[in-house]
Amino acid sequence: MTTSTTDILLWVVFPYVCLAVFVLGHVWRYRYDKFGWTTRSSQLYESRLLRWASPLFHFGILAVFLGHVMGLGIPKAWTRAVGMTDEIYHFLAISIGAVAGISTVVGMALLIYRRRTVGPVFSATTRMDKFMYLVLATVIFTGMWNTIAGSILNLGGHYDYRDGVSVWFRGIFRFDIRPELMADAPIGFQLHALAAFFLFALWPFTRLVHVFSVPLGYMWRPYVVYRSRPDRLGSRASRPGWERSERRPERTGRR
Amino acid sequence: MRVMAQMAMVMNLDKCIGCHTCSVTCKQAWTNRAGTEYVWFNNVETRPGQGYPRTYEDQETWQGGWTLTKRGRLQLKAGGRLKNLLTIFASPKQPSIGQYYEPWTYDYENLTNAPLQEHTPVARPKSLLTGENMNVSWSANWDDNLGGGPALASQDPVLKQVSDKIKLEFEQTFMFYLPRICEHCLNPSCAASCPSGAIYKRAEDGIVLVDQDKCRGWRKCVTGCPYKKVYFNHRTGKAEKCTFCFPRIEVGLPTVCSETCVGRLRYIGLVLYDADRVLEAASEPDEHKLLAAQRSVLLDPHDPQVVREAERAGIPRDWVDAAQRSPIWRLIHDYEVALPLHPEYRTMPMVWYIPPLSPVVDAIAETGEDSEAARNLFAAIDTLRIPVEYLAELFTAGDTVPVTAVLQRLAAMRSYMRDINLGRDPDPSIPAAVGMTESAMQEMYRLLAIAKYDERYVIPSAHAEQAHSLEELATECSLDYEGGPGMGGSGPFGEGSGPGFADPIAVENFHMLQQRQTSDTVADPSTRKARVNLLNWDGKGRPSGMFPPRDDGDPADGPQLRDAESTGAEVVQPLPAGGSESGPAGTGTAPRSGTGPGGGASPGGSS
Ligand code: SF4
Ligand code: SF4
Repeated sequence: MTTSTTDILLWVVFPYVCLAVFVLGHVWRYRYDKFGWTTRSSQLYESRLLRWASPLFHFGILAVFLGHVMGLGIPKAWTRAVGMTDEIYHFLAISIGAVAGISTVVGMALLIYRRRTVGPVFSATTRMDKFMYLVLATVIFTGMWNTIAGSILNLGGHYDYRDGVSVWFRGIFRFDIRPELMADAPIGFQLHALAAFFLFALWPFTRLVHVFSVPLGYMWRPYVVYRSRPDRLGSRASRPGWERSERRPERTGRR
Repeated sequence: MRVMAQMAMVMNLDKCIGCHTCSVTCKQAWTNRAGTEYVWFNNVETRPGQGYPRTYEDQETWQGGWTLTKRGRLQLKAGGRLKNLLTIFASPKQPSIGQYYEPWTYDYENLTNAPLQEHTPVARPKSLLTGENMNVSWSANWDDNLGGGPALASQDPVLKQVSDKIKLEFEQTFMFYLPRICEHCLNPSCAASCPSGAIYKRAEDGIVLVDQDKCRGWRKCVTGCPYKKVYFNHRTGKAEKCTFCFPRIEVGLPTVCSETCVGRLRYIGLVLYDADRVLEAASEPDEHKLLAAQRSVLLDPHDPQVVREAERAGIPRDWVDAAQRSPIWRLIHDYEVALPLHPEYRTMPMVWYIPPLSPVVDAIAETGEDSEAARNLFAAIDTLRIPVEYLAELFTAGDTVPVTAVLQRLAAMRSYMRDINLGRDPDPSIPAAVGMTESAMQEMYRLLAIAKYDERYVIPSAHAEQAHSLEELATECSLDYEGGPGMGGSGPFGEGSGPGFADPIAVENFHMLQQRQTSDTVADPSTRKARVNLLNWDGKGRPSGMFPPRDDGDPADGPQLRDAESTGAEVVQPLPAGGSESGPAGTGTAPRSGTGPGGGASPGGSS
């Protein structure tokens, strides 16, 4: 086991710090800023480009996400156990991944083009948005590069990420981390992983939080929602310790 | 039977003069903020006309409201739940800013800063979205008063439905105004379209609100509402809509648009309805029967069984009383003159309209005949197909029978009351011809023509027995105070992010406002309930009520001077629209006339 301090920093400390920021950041953001938790849609300004670009990007990135769940989350032994040879797996991953990747990249390119050229959309873009787009684009491009250069063209020799990156990634969650696997990985994968973890750290502070609002509950809830006026007095929630003495205790806070 | 109470409104279109006061005061109160520049919770459209946003009534294009599936089940016109979810990335049928209008301001600074030049400097219009120069080519009222002529008005989707012949006869046109707010529907398709469940109907009074903390900006509600009365705040990324001024309603005050309506044509009151029957009524297969279905959902508040059920459902007794006194119920049920707007959208809208008789009256007047004679009016209603068909498209899904009946009642009232006003013998055959008794007709006349503030607005205040007079009641806060979200403040994550949004609903404290509007004392600093009117202060001495009385016996101060001054130039606080009649004490909805110590009206009283 020869892992340098740098490797420990990059492949152990950095991921954990980023994940911690990711989790705590979301908790904090949700409590501090429910009002700001939105998609910040710009469809009102422009919808001709958005109509194509946004679904392309979003469906693409959903497929890419599922691909990562497969590739990173499922050990080789499992796919073999269900009788899937590595060749078939590779073929499926590359073909589906390519379609998903291309629609993501095309969608993103269109969206960024739209953001830059459509006046109202550009003026509604915050600095944080721009930074986030940069990091997101880096993640997506390095990911595409790994797929194309590494897996299709086999530039720089063969590298099976399922024996390297994936094992390292799963190790993070089992607290059995093996930084040397990443240290040996090609530079493309290293950059992709670093950029991705940085994006996780950035996530709670960007509009990306809307990912966690996927409204799946809509499928089952009744169409029309009824709510009672809370019997709270005034529009202001009372501060802890300052509740009125004659008041019944509040049941569940904001309803 | 599941009784629920609904706050509803009726507008008497004959009295609307199209002054837009309601729109402007509403905007000042609620949407005078960055991100809502293009938003008019209340707007007044000239009909025929395209409306705001343009052609919003063309549901084949905009896909708002509900429709029936082949199997007769009620479904959102924009599609089922799955389709709705799959299209959240780019809502396919959302009007873009072009359908509303691009908000703008003028470069006024140029008027003072421009260098000396040959030509007078001008203030060019600047887009509020981009800051660039722009050509103003559309707005919320571009076709006001038929401006733009047939070219614009013929794009009216309702007009297209009426028939083609209208295009030929456009010269003999008719016109009226249609003020619109959110309908606070019994079966709101906006709420049904909201994937996050952020739009809800308040169980107590049926007001439909957007929970700003739960809205995630999917903007499905914009498509879902067939009246296009949910708006997307493009700065905060949240949906906003008319709140029925619920902080005012909760303390018994009418909405801002009603309070300020110049024509005094708006009525507010409660109706009771059977929540169990809403779905069934909205699923009525025959569009022409939707009006009857919608009426049948409403419950008679005088029916003892309904009263019992209302009590069981937890509706307070004074609310039931208010429902019994409700002008809305009388106009819808007793006189049957109020009709819902576009019942065919199947949302069960709860802002009802009394269709205008004026197109008919005007047409007769142009011929030189007596436009108030019952005979002429009835004949004209029968022959003036186009206005009647047009009104039917608006209010009864194209069925001219109910519209004709309403117009005949209005016509009958007109000519019957004319006889009385001219001191002739009233003709009992006129009310009888429209199926009304003479006394009912006079009652209806009273309600439509001279009803005072507390008859037009019968609003029971919300129940919060512990209410502290210095805090207003509010549920969610969509709209905020200076420096808060939506007031141009910008948090670290963009517009309106950050905490503090749970703070006061509005700058105005509504309890104080009501006290001020209903108080009958002059300014009195010891209670702070009345206000000082400096318009009456001539600059000499101290304005009365400005400072607390001194108890050091200084003759120049204190009560003596106050009394002395107030006999000279009385300080009477302005009255809200609605007149100077005193209402029954303690109803909470009646403004009392401001009679100062000297009595009588004051010069500043109506300022
Ligand atoms: S009119 Fe109001 S309550 Fe009805 S669907 Fe539209 S926004 Fe919702
Ligand atoms: S204030 Fe009244 S009269 Fe004026 S436009 Fe509005 S509804 Fe019509």
